[in-house]
Order: sequence, then structure tokens, then C-alpha cells
Amino acid sequence: MDFLTILQILDSTVRLATPLLLACLAGLWSERAGIFDIGLEGKMLIAAFFAAAIAYTSGLVWVGLLAGIAASIVLALLHGLASITFRGNQLISGVAINFLAAGLAVVIAQTWFAQGGRTPQLSSDARFANIELPGAATRIRDIAQQGPLGQTYSELISGHSILVYLALACVPLTWWLLYRTRFGLRLRAVGENPAAVDTAGISVVGLRFAAVLIAGVLCGIAGAYLSTALSSGFVKDMSAGRGFIALAALIFAKWRPWYALSACLLFGFFDAVGNRYQNIQLGEFIVPVQFMQALPYILVVIVLAGLVGKAIPPRAGGEPYVKER
Amino acid sequence: MDKMPKWADVVLIPLISVILALLVSGLVVAIIGESPWRAMQVMVKGAFGSAYGWGYTLYYATNFIFTGLAVAVAFHARLFNIGGEGQAALGGLGVAVILLAVDWPHWTLALAAAMGFSMLFAATWAAIPAYLQAKRGSHIVITTIMFNYIASALLVYLLVNVLRVEGSMAPESASFAAATHLPSAADFAGGLGFRGSTPLNISIFLALIACVLVWLLIWRTRLGYEIRAFGHSETAAVYAGINPTKIIMITMLISGALAGMMAINVVMGEAERLVLDFVEGAGFVGIAVALMGRSHPVGVVLAALLFGALYQGGAELQFEMPAISREMIVVIQALVILFTGALDNMVRMPVQKLFLALKRRRDDAARPNPTE
Amino acid sequence: MTDAPAIELRGISKAFGPVQANKDIAMSVARGTIHGIVGENGAGKSTLMSILYGFYKADRGEIFINGKATAIPDSQAAIRAGIGMVHQHFKLVENFTVVENVILGAEDGAMLRPSIAKARRLLTELSEEYGLKVDPDAIIEDLSVGHQQRVEILKQLYRHADILILDEPTGVLTPSEADQLFLILERLRAEGKTIILITHKLREIMEITDTVSVMRRGEMTNTVKTADTSPAALAEMMVGRKVLLQVDKTQAQPGEVVLSVRDLRVTRGGVTRLKGVSFDIRRGEILGIAGVAGNGQTELLEVLGGMIAASGGSVSLFGQPLDITGTAANGQTRRARGIGHVPEDRQTEGLIMPFEAWENVAFGYHFDPKYNSGPLMDNAAIRADCADKMARYDVRPPNPRLPARNFSGGNQQKIVVAREMDRAPDLLLVGQPTRGVDIGAIEFIHKQIIALRDQGKAILLVSVELDEIMGLSDRIAVMFDGQIMGERLPQDTDQNALGLLMAGVTEGAA
Repeated sequence: MDFLTILQILDSTVRLATPLLLACLAGLWSERAGIFDIGLEGKMLIAAFFAAAIAYTSGLVWVGLLAGIAASIVLALLHGLASITFRGNQLISGVAINFLAAGLAVVIAQTWFAQGGRTPQLSSDARFANIELPGAATRIRDIAQQGPLGQTYSELISGHSILVYLALACVPLTWWLLYRTRFGLRLRAVGENPAAVDTAGISVVGLRFAAVLIAGVLCGIAGAYLSTALSSGFVKDMSAGRGFIALAALIFAKWRPWYALSACLLFGFFDAVGNRYQNIQLGEFIVPVQFMQALPYILVVIVLAGLVGKAIPPRAGGEPYVKER
Repeated sequence: MDKMPKWADVVLIPLISVILALLVSGLVVAIIGESPWRAMQVMVKGAFGSAYGWGYTLYYATNFIFTGLAVAVAFHARLFNIGGEGQAALGGLGVAVILLAVDWPHWTLALAAAMGFSMLFAATWAAIPAYLQAKRGSHIVITTIMFNYIASALLVYLLVNVLRVEGSMAPESASFAAATHLPSAADFAGGLGFRGSTPLNISIFLALIACVLVWLLIWRTRLGYEIRAFGHSETAAVYAGINPTKIIMITMLISGALAGMMAINVVMGEAERLVLDFVEGAGFVGIAVALMGRSHPVGVVLAALLFGALYQGGAELQFEMPAISREMIVVIQALVILFTGALDNMVRMPVQKLFLALKRRRDDAARPNPTE
Repeated sequence: MTDAPAIELRGISKAFGPVQANKDIAMSVARGTIHGIVGENGAGKSTLMSILYGFYKADRGEIFINGKATAIPDSQAAIRAGIGMVHQHFKLVENFTVVENVILGAEDGAMLRPSIAKARRLLTELSEEYGLKVDPDAIIEDLSVGHQQRVEILKQLYRHADILILDEPTGVLTPSEADQLFLILERLRAEGKTIILITHKLREIMEITDTVSVMRRGEMTNTVKTADTSPAALAEMMVGRKVLLQVDKTQAQPGEVVLSVRDLRVTRGGVTRLKGVSFDIRRGEILGIAGVAGNGQTELLEVLGGMIAASGGSVSLFGQPLDITGTAANGQTRRARGIGHVPEDRQTEGLIMPFEAWENVAFGYHFDPKYNSGPLMDNAAIRADCADKMARYDVRPPNPRLPARNFSGGNQQKIVVAREMDRAPDLLLVGQPTRGVDIGAIEFIHKQIIALRDQGKAILLVSVELDEIMGLSDRIAVMFDGQIMGERLPQDTDQNALGLLMAGVTEGAA
């Protein structure tokens, strides 16, 4: 395996990790505020559809992105309504949202485009283009001529969609907001002990809705990325379990932003390797591609089993807040 | 003093929730420019208008009774088993393994063996998340979701690399021997108009028997008593000498086994071979069914029938009204889960208020001198 | 500054559904005084304070702060009005630092760093001013309960609270920690702060307050100067009739040893909770375990009741060893050996709240042959037994089909007591038998315990109420930090002596 191949796999890792990272950070915001979110998958999916549909109709990818975010926010608000306002079961609400998105996206797509529940192929205008950073080579032939540093720059660092860079920027931003601002302090507190926040005269409901909304925005970007950057158009079930892998990454990362980045890159790497090689020969054994696909899930089970450190979720997670009598 | 009568809790609230879910579904149909009324007519006619329709409706309902009971039993121990999908898939694997491995002389023997293997495989698949929950505190919702994906990858691998028939492209196993085929509704109820093509088979009776057994288990046995007690309060259960590990394990084994039984209906009774993705979301429908049925076998049967009708009617719908995608069923399913599960309080609180107001008025009327 | 009272309440009423929690309450507290509010559980004290703190909205009535009519729609408004509240269960974020908890909700800007720097400086000043020493960078869960309470008080002072409400502040403190708290409160009063102290301990009222109000069934029945009243008078006002603070009982006639505990040790969550406890209980005697909550009494009951495993030591019943570590260490085998257990918390342990009364009557005894027929449970038999027990133990309403959560605290406890005591167990474990129970039920339950003793049964009584321990026990063992500090006879000791032991002070050191 030569250096350029490795770079190509890593490049693909970054592309595939991006939606995971955005969804994972969405989950992080929500769960840090004490709202479990297993509806990441659904929010991503509905955003993927609306982003593609509106980008196709308007021909403007940014409008598509906004539409995707808006659709994701609607589902996020529904989750907030069920789990914050009506103090329902957050897990059941998440399950419902996943099905709602999976169903609605296809039903609307069918009515709208009559192409069997998908959107038409997006033209390049209606997609997010890859950004070539200054001085980066674009053609494979040119890249192959460069030295290792130049190759890394051209192949791995340059040439991604703006959403990739945005997702990466969200990591330090999330960290900074959570640990360096008043909003972050209050948000973390509400996920640990909402009664402390309530008695301090701050609205638990307000903070939790803010968190759920942020999750909606991030899932919206993740979904838009899937249909307008990673591929060109929406197809049924295109989120393909990424919301759950993101959730897995979140647990793997123990609800911390920088760890989330590492976890998502790891899972993105599995995906990239699985895409490039069908079956991997490891000495005597052949690792089937299905094993690579299942690996993130297996890893999460191992983490949850407490075999690799203990993952302690925010203490008030999953519990609706009810004032004590 | 209760806030409202019991019948309101077990009948009225789920009913209102389901009606709300159906109303919103109708709204969705209207928004995409079709007539909800006509869609409903098509669906009702498709589901119940003919022996053919009934055959499919009841066939689907059989699946949903099994997966619904699976979720319901786990709910009683406050365990949310989202893994019905994967457990059922493993159940199918068990059915295929035993039916292909042995040359069965008669379907009754084959059925007994297939039931044993489907339940064994599915229960084993549920046992790992159960063990991790009981011993390591790993959240069973997450682990069962993960196990769905792992099961799916495992089945793809086995069907592509191991069970696939030599020379065939389709990822499916060989067909089972004719001797193992279960009697279909055409055999035992041909008089009612069921034809040879109907998927409905004797598994439906197994499903109904399972309902009775689950009812007995939960409300009449010591084990069921312990399951319910544990579900309400783990510390209290420990105080009473109930072993949490035992309850979590047994409950999830039963839950998994019930989900696995679905494979008898589909793999053995209908497809007569193991095909990829035969579960087709029935494991998830079980969640809606259990929520709507309030985790009670009678409620589960009624909810399963509703969803069976939705699935069959939905299939007809896509022929009659092509603008409405078959995925409309998934939307309805989602709305049922949303309204009967997550938004339960939205319906419950006004109903409670209503009953409190009624009670107050009654009390006031009963009091001889209200000014005193 | 005016002479207007710091707080004046007029006509405050509040109902929760059909329950009238506060009825037309009027109260006035002068600035710079400590005002006590006493009342039984459920008398409406906490509701009233929650209204004052903006946690609930009153249905009717007005609040005047320093003579000015003030609306308190939420906690933010209460904080602005200079009201601070220290809740019975602390409202702290356990894995945050002290300083983070203090600034939460009172930050100075959107950025944290300047707020934290300022808070650290102010905390040092405040802690010196009032003698409230705590490390600003300590994590809350690493602090002792007493220190956590200081953080709560600091939190209020940081918010410039002039009026401090303390809800049952000494429940979790040792007597010496409580004394320190009272010193702090006196200092705060000297600085001109107004303090409202909610408690059910009459001794504390007498010790520290200037005036005291009594609440009963949602109404404020009396307000008096503390100097003009007595504990007996207050108790009578609380209950509405004369109360016997003493329990009638004859001298114990101890027989053979029933329970023998030797060097019992329990480790939980990495913390050693029991550090080698040894004692005996004989037939016909009540051994009372006194101590501040959290000194190992809970673990003692739980390990004897089979709920948790011991890490060492031995226990025997009538000389036969009891499994305290293996698989036979569970509630079922304990019941089979004739051990009854009234747990400390009926709501989370003793009862399944959504279960109906009859299902609760079988709880833990569901394997009893008389409750079963073949593989199924005999529901009719259980219901009949429940009706019988309800009649004999005066459970009201005597309806076996009512869910446990619909009974009052006292009647819930009677269901537990009936279930655990009616089988006349050789050994009865009792934890906090009268917590959250009205006075009528307290008398009833105390009589039942004495009656069981007089039948020649052994009883282990754990309670944080010293009065109860003194009144019921034939011998008293005091626990501190997982050990028994000493044993006393009730007639040879008093609350002060026990209090020293509860604080871990033995004679030699004192």
C-alpha cells in the first residue's frame, strides 16, 4: 500500500466521518442537556430529503441546506414537545421520529417527483462543490508528482466540501461553548441536575429546547451533506444507520467533543476501508466486508459492556424533569 | 382516590391517541393532494373486502402479535427491547438451519423442531444485551439497536457466503422440503374462501395461544408478578428477594423467543426458505403494537389486527392510488408510536382534567349544603 | 430602612387538584430575626416556602417584602427580591466544582472566566465573614454533607440574599454539625439577615428561633414568641390535641439470643460502609440503633434483610449461620428463616406504588403456599387475606383494590407493618418506622412494635429520630462512620450523651 493510497483512504475517511461528526455533536448537545436522542437518524434523513428536493427545485444548494435544516428542526421541536413539554418517553419519541422521517421522506418524494421515492439527480449547481485550497493540485497525475507533504495537502486537506470544514470547525466551537460560556455551564448543569438549574431561577424547559434545537440544526447540516455533497440526490433510507453510528460514537467519546471527533474519524475509517476493499485478507483469515460494516456496532457493545473504560452518561439523561412537591 | 376510572386509562386514552394518529395521517394524505376518505375506503376494502385481503391482513397480524407480545413482555419489566428485528432475523436463521439440516417426515415434527430452534436462536440473540444490561448496566435500548445491525450483517454474510444455493444470485437459502410445509388457510379454512395462494397459515393459532400464555404468565404466575414488580421498582424488587439479573435474563429470553416465533409464520409458513430481510420491519411494528395495546395481550391482538390491515390495505393502496407511496404505512406507524407512546401525556392530561371536573361536579351536587 | 417586616404573607392559598395544601395563610417575620415554622409532614410548610421562593404560584394572596407588595412568579423574582432557599435535598450539580455551583444562574456575563475569578474572590471574603470555610475548587460529590450545605448557603449569600429559608437543614447533619450550622445562623442574624427555619424538631426551634409559627393541615394555627412557649405546647398545637411524647411499655424480659452479628463489614461503591459491627439481640427486646443518616444503618438493615452482600463477618440466627455473601443471601431466604423487614423507605422499597393493596400484601411473600394454587397465584386468597389485615391494622380506606399510591403515608406504612409483623417473625428489622407518618399512625405503629416484643420476638430498630429511639428501645447502640460507638440503656442516658456518640466522640476524648 503506497502513501497516496493511504491518503486516499484517509481522504475518504474524512468525507464519510463528516455526517457522523455532525450527528454525533447533535447528540452531544441534546444528551448533555439531559435529552436522549435516538432520533438523529430520522432528523438526518428528513433533512437529506428536503435539502435535495429544494436544491433541485430552486437550483440553489444553500437554499436546499436551509430547507434541510428547517425540516430537521421541525422534527427536533416535535421531540422537544414530546419529551420536554409533555414529559414523554424520550426513547419512544426518538423511535417515532425515525419512522416518521423514513416514511414521510419517501411519501413526499413520491408525490413530488414520482421517481419511486427519490429525488432526481442533482446538477453540479445544486450540489456543494469541493473547495480547492490555494496551491493544491487537483488532478491525480499532478498529485502523484508531489512530495508527501504536498500530497497530504492536496489529497487530504484540500478538496472537500465547505460542510466538511464546517463540521470540523464545530468541534472546537462546541467545546468552547460548553466549557467556556455561561450557556454551556447552564446546559451541562441541566443535564446533570435540572433541579439545581430550576432553583437558580433558570428555565429548564428553555435550556433543553435550546439544546434540542441545536441538535436539529446540526442534524440538518448532516442530512444536507448526505444528499447534496456526499451524493447527488436523495434516495430512500440513505442515512443507512449513520444516526445510530453517531450515537455509538457519542458513547465511545463519553459525551466529549474532541473524543467525538476521534470516534467519528475511527468509524469513518472503517466505512472507508469497507468501501474500498470488499474482503480483507489478514494472513490466513479473510475478513468479510459485512464484518467491517458491523464493526462500529460491535465496538459500541464492547464499550457499553465496560470492557474499555466506563461510559457514564449525563446523570439526568432520559428523565423528564418534574418539580418536586 | 384515582384521577380517572380504569376503563379511561386502558381503553379511552389509547383510542383517542389512535384516532389522533389516523387523523394526522389523513391530513398528510390530504396535503399531498389525495383524498383521505378514498384512501381509507381503498385500504379497508383491500384489507377486509375479500378472503384474499383477509388472508394477508391476518398473516401480517400474526407477525405483529408475536413481535408486539415480545415488546410487551419486556415493557412489563421496564425493558425497552428495540431488538425484535434482529431477534426475529436470528429466529429465521434457526428455522432454516433445522429445516435444511434434517429430513423431516412430517410437518408437525418439523414445526416442533423449528419452533424450538427459532426461539432458541432468537432468545440467544436477546440474551447478550440482557446479560450486558443485568451485569454491566449497558443500556439495553442501545445494545439491542446495535444487535439489529449486527444481525443484519450476519444474515447477509451467511446468506451470501454459506446458505446461498450454488449458482444462484439471490441471497436466499434453498427451499425447504415439501414435507415441512405448514397447512395454509386454504387447507384448514378453504370453506371461508381462502385460496392456495394465501400466506395465512396455522401460525395464527400459535400466535393466539402465545397471547393466552403471556396473559397467564404476566397476571397469574409468580414469575409474572416478579416481572411486574421489578418493572415498577428495582429497589423494591431487591427488598422482596427478587433477583434482578434473573428477571432481566428471563424476561428478555421470553421476549426474544416471542420475536423469533415470527419466523415460523414467515420463513416456514410463507416463504418456505430463508430470504434476506424477511422481517421487513415487523420487529419495529411490534413497538407500536405493544404501546397501542397497553402491553396487554388483548390490546396487542387488536393493535396487531389494525396494523395487519394497514399493511395489507397499504399494499392495495399503492395499486389504486399510485401517488400515495407504500411508505405511508410507516408514517401511520410512526404517528401511532408518537401519540400512544411519546405524547401520551398530551392526551392523558386533558382527559384527567375532564374526569376531575366531572367528579367535582358530582361531589358538589352530592353535598347537601355547599355554603357550609 | 423602614421598620416594615422583612416578610409579610397575607391570605396565601394553594391547592393541588383536590388537595388544599395552604389555606389563607398570614405570617409576618421581623427583619434580623430567626423565625421557625413547625408542623407535621404534609402540614403545608414546604408548599408555603415554595410559594415564597416562586417555585409554585399561589392561587390567592399577597406577599410583602420589606413592606412592599411583591409578585414572585418564579425563582428569578424571588432571588431579585433577596430571598434565598436552602432545600432539604441540596440542589447542587454533583460533578461541578463549588465555584461553578455558586455562580450557576448568577454569572456576570456570557463568558465564564471573569465570573469564576470574581466568585472565587468573593467566596473567600464570604467564608471569612461568616465562618463558612470551603475549597472553591473542590468537586461537590467529594465534600461531606455538612460542607455541601455550606455551599448551598454560600450560593444564597453570593446572590445577596437577605432572607434565607432553610428547609429541614439538620436532617442530614450530626449534632455537632448542626451546632456549627446554628452558630452560622446566629452570625447571619447578627449581620441583619432574616432567617426562616422549617423543621419538625422542636428542640431546634427552642434553641435558635425568636418566634415560631405552627402549621396544621394547610393552615397556620398559631404564631408565638419562642420564649413564651414549650415543646409540649408546640406539639399540642401541631397535632391539635395532647400528645404523649412518651411510649408506654413495661420492662423488657430478654430471653435467649436470637440474632448474633459479629464483625460485620460491608463495602459499597468502593466505600466501606460497615467497619466491623458486632451485637446480639435477644428474645423480647428491642435494640435501637441511633445515628445520623448515612453512618451505616441503612447498610446494616440491607445486609440483614438480604438486599446487599456483606464483604466480611458473620451473622447467625438462633445459632445457625445466615448466608450474608453467597447466593442464599436474599430477601426470600430471610423471610423463610423468620425475619421480617419494615424497610426505611416504603415508597421505593416496601411497596410497589402502582400495585393494588392486595398485591402489596403478598409482596415478598408471593411464594407463600397460602397465596398460591399449583403453578398460579391464588388472587382471591390474597385479596381475602388483605381485607382481613386491613381491618385488623386499621388501614383506611379498607379497600384491597386501591393502588398503594392512593393511600396516605400513614396507611401505606400500616400496610407494610401488617405484612411484615402479622406473621410474628422471630426477628423484625425496622427502619424509620414513622418517617412521614401522621401522629395517630405513629402511636399505632409504636404499640405494634412493643406488642411484638412482648410476644418474645427480637426487634432491631433503626431510626434517625432520637425521641423514637429513646422511647422504644430497651438498649441503644449508636452508630457513627460504620461502627458502633457504644451501647447505652435508655434510662441511663440522655440526648446530649447520645448526640456526642453520634458525632463520633467517645467518653475518653470528651
